[in-house]
Amino acid sequence: MQPGALSDALKKGAIWGFIVLELIFFSVAGEYLSLSDNAFMDYENMLLLLKQSAPIGIIAMGMTIVMINGNIDLSVGATYAIAAIILLDSMTWPIFAGLGDWVIPVAWLLALLAGTMLGALNGIIVWKTGVDAFIVTLGSMLGFRGIVFMFNGENPTSHLNWTLVDFAEAQVLGLHTATWFLAIVTLVLWYVMTRTVHGRNAYAIGDNREAAVNAGIRVGPHMMINFAIIGFLAALSAVVFYSESGSVNPNDGQLYELWVITAVVLGGTKITGGAGSVIGTLGGVIAIQLLRKGLGHIGADTSTVNLVIGLILIAVLVLDRQLNVKGKEELKV
Amino acid sequence: MTDPVLRLEGIVKTFPGVRALDGVSLSVMPGEVHALMGENGAGKSTLMKVLGGIHQPNEGRILMDEKPVVMAGPLEAKAKGIVFIHQELSLAEELTVAENIYLGELPKKSFGRVDWATLFSKTDAILKKLNVGFGAKTRVGSLSIANQQMVEIARALTVDAKAVIFDEPTASLTDAEKVVLFDVISDLQKSGVGIVYISHRMEEIFKITDRITVLRDGQYQGTVETRETDEEKVTQMMIGRKLDLSRNASHHELGDVALEVRGLSCGKLYDDISFDIRRGEVVGFYGLVGAGRTEIAETLFGLRDPSKGKILLDGEEVRLNSPSDAIARGISLVPEDRKGQGLVLGMNCRDNMTLPQVDDLKAGPFVAEGAEVAIFDLYRDKLDIRTPGWKQKVGNLSGGNQQKIVIGKWLSMKPSVLIVDEPTRGIDVGSKSEIHKLLRELAAQGYAVMVISSEMPEVLHVSDRIVAMYSGRIMRTFTSEEVTEDSLIQAISGIGGDKAA
Repeated sequence: MQPGALSDALKKGAIWGFIVLELIFFSVAGEYLSLSDNAFMDYENMLLLLKQSAPIGIIAMGMTIVMINGNIDLSVGATYAIAAIILLDSMTWPIFAGLGDWVIPVAWLLALLAGTMLGALNGIIVWKTGVDAFIVTLGSMLGFRGIVFMFNGENPTSHLNWTLVDFAEAQVLGLHTATWFLAIVTLVLWYVMTRTVHGRNAYAIGDNREAAVNAGIRVGPHMMINFAIIGFLAALSAVVFYSESGSVNPNDGQLYELWVITAVVLGGTKITGGAGSVIGTLGGVIAIQLLRKGLGHIGADTSTVNLVIGLILIAVLVLDRQLNVKGKEELKV
Repeated sequence: MTDPVLRLEGIVKTFPGVRALDGVSLSVMPGEVHALMGENGAGKSTLMKVLGGIHQPNEGRILMDEKPVVMAGPLEAKAKGIVFIHQELSLAEELTVAENIYLGELPKKSFGRVDWATLFSKTDAILKKLNVGFGAKTRVGSLSIANQQMVEIARALTVDAKAVIFDEPTASLTDAEKVVLFDVISDLQKSGVGIVYISHRMEEIFKITDRITVLRDGQYQGTVETRETDEEKVTQMMIGRKLDLSRNASHHELGDVALEVRGLSCGKLYDDISFDIRRGEVVGFYGLVGAGRTEIAETLFGLRDPSKGKILLDGEEVRLNSPSDAIARGISLVPEDRKGQGLVLGMNCRDNMTLPQVDDLKAGPFVAEGAEVAIFDLYRDKLDIRTPGWKQKVGNLSGGNQQKIVIGKWLSMKPSVLIVDEPTRGIDVGSKSEIHKLLRELAAQGYAVMVISSEMPEVLHVSDRIVAMYSGRIMRTFTSEEVTEDSLIQAISGIGGDKAA
């Protein structure tokens, strides 16, 4: 075994080990502390958990590739809300009145298109102006949210289409529709990042941008594509979630960007870019959802959950730093 | 006579306030190794950036096979058959060796998929030619610096190159790897590729090149046949005068031993280092890059923990856990990278100089501005720092004056041991001798001075004694009377390692 292989393996498998640990802990603790009689590792409960991970999870996949690319996108929560409004509102537009249930794919398409465009807009600004993605998307986060409030003030936008609800609540092969979407997105992006030239170039750009430029990789278009993908996924997440709920508040999706980034970082993606994996992010998403559900199961309230997740995030980063130290003789900074 | 594969004609490149290249011409024949030489800042890298399409020239033309071309960017330069082997490693550490070698031109299958089978088989073929001990799927970050350099070199073999530019390729290679590199170069030569070889190392230049072109301050100094010239002539072209290899003759009154190091080791970085420095003495540390000199300085400044050995200050054993420990004990380090490690470029001269002691300069809760200005004035006069005033931003000063600010900063801390790492890197010739004079004067005032340098004239010039290092070990310690160029070169190349004191 090469030196460093052990810590490499530790780092890659760490998130799954952590999930196993959570499962054991909550099963055991649940026996004593839980108010309900149901076991934590109940089959239905786990399926529900996957379904509940989907909204954050789908966006987190996009965030993974944007962060591997060396950028970040803070505007996903607002994009999510815009896409949700377009989805629900467009179904009531008079021009689509004659379509019957065929309005559903049209509304979906519109919402996804809007998300993609908003993401691409972020990407173009980052590409053409060279302004840091953090700042650009901080601005668009505020701006997009402003658009959401301009649309309907503080009032929720609602529209229930029962065909759509049936679709969203369906279970194919045991898995919920939302879970299927999460799985497909994960698989597709895993393939893109590990098997395509675009994916490998995205890694190279995030890892050493100068080297990528020297090698003649066109940095800008790759970044824009990734921003367009995350915009699309934020909209997809909204589409999947609001097809079922049918009502969107103008505040929906707030803080999503932070939950998403937390999941991505827990999953082992470097904040500075160049390293990380879509599969790791899936682990991060599930770990957070497990923690939320598990703490709820043993009777903790929401604020405790947030405190614990925050502490774990910091602990993970400290651990990661320890594993990355190259030995005692390293230069102290 | 055959046509040159690559010809640059009267290239002019200006940046705001600087004429970086002023009418430079260069022609490379097929199968020729053409050396490009010049001091730091002479315009070599700017010229290569023009050639690579990173900068556009203001005047002049680039011709390939006698046809004018415009290099719009790195991709185009590569497509035209110009390959760059960069001095700074231009690698993505998290990716595999194969992906790095073919960065920017990964073989594709349908739908933009990477053709891994082709990629790995092509890479393995190249690696076999280079005779290296790692495979195509190795992660680059896990390789040693020398092996990473070999990955960089492997890039030259990926395309059908017409011209390959090597920028200081041997800086981090061992002798065995150099042999492989020279084989690669001669193979390229045989297949009619034109090679531009940028290096400071005379012995390599004279071993492998056919012609030498010299730049000085952005100006073309001429091209000579390597066979018909010698080191001295080339050096004269480079610096515009004869190389001053005079040794330091004067010695100051030596005081007590200020710093003593016994059997100091730090992992693989250096091993069993022992030396001492007296007050009033300048000890030069000479060796190749990577010999462990900077690491010793960093250890003495509390930036690294030694794995073995003792450090004694004024005869008393000390443990230095952090720079603040070291400063408190009277050790100061003027670092190698002036702009990155020594100065805050956006701050003014005064604030830079008082940075390490600003905590002590307080009037109540406020910074004592008057005291700060007083300190600045004192060292400005002492060190002859030329600046319009303390309000000047350090970033606007010349390299020599910047270095004096750093030195002044540490002198104001009243150290007993002053460590300077590459004190004149990137500083023009005139300021260099001023800094040298300054170092001698400081010793005369009773400081113990440790000078780390990769420039032989510098070490010879300022040192009372010279410690020669080779791959983490002290090979020999010379006094300024007994040292000769040859013995010094031999010692830092690892030859003749008899430890005479």
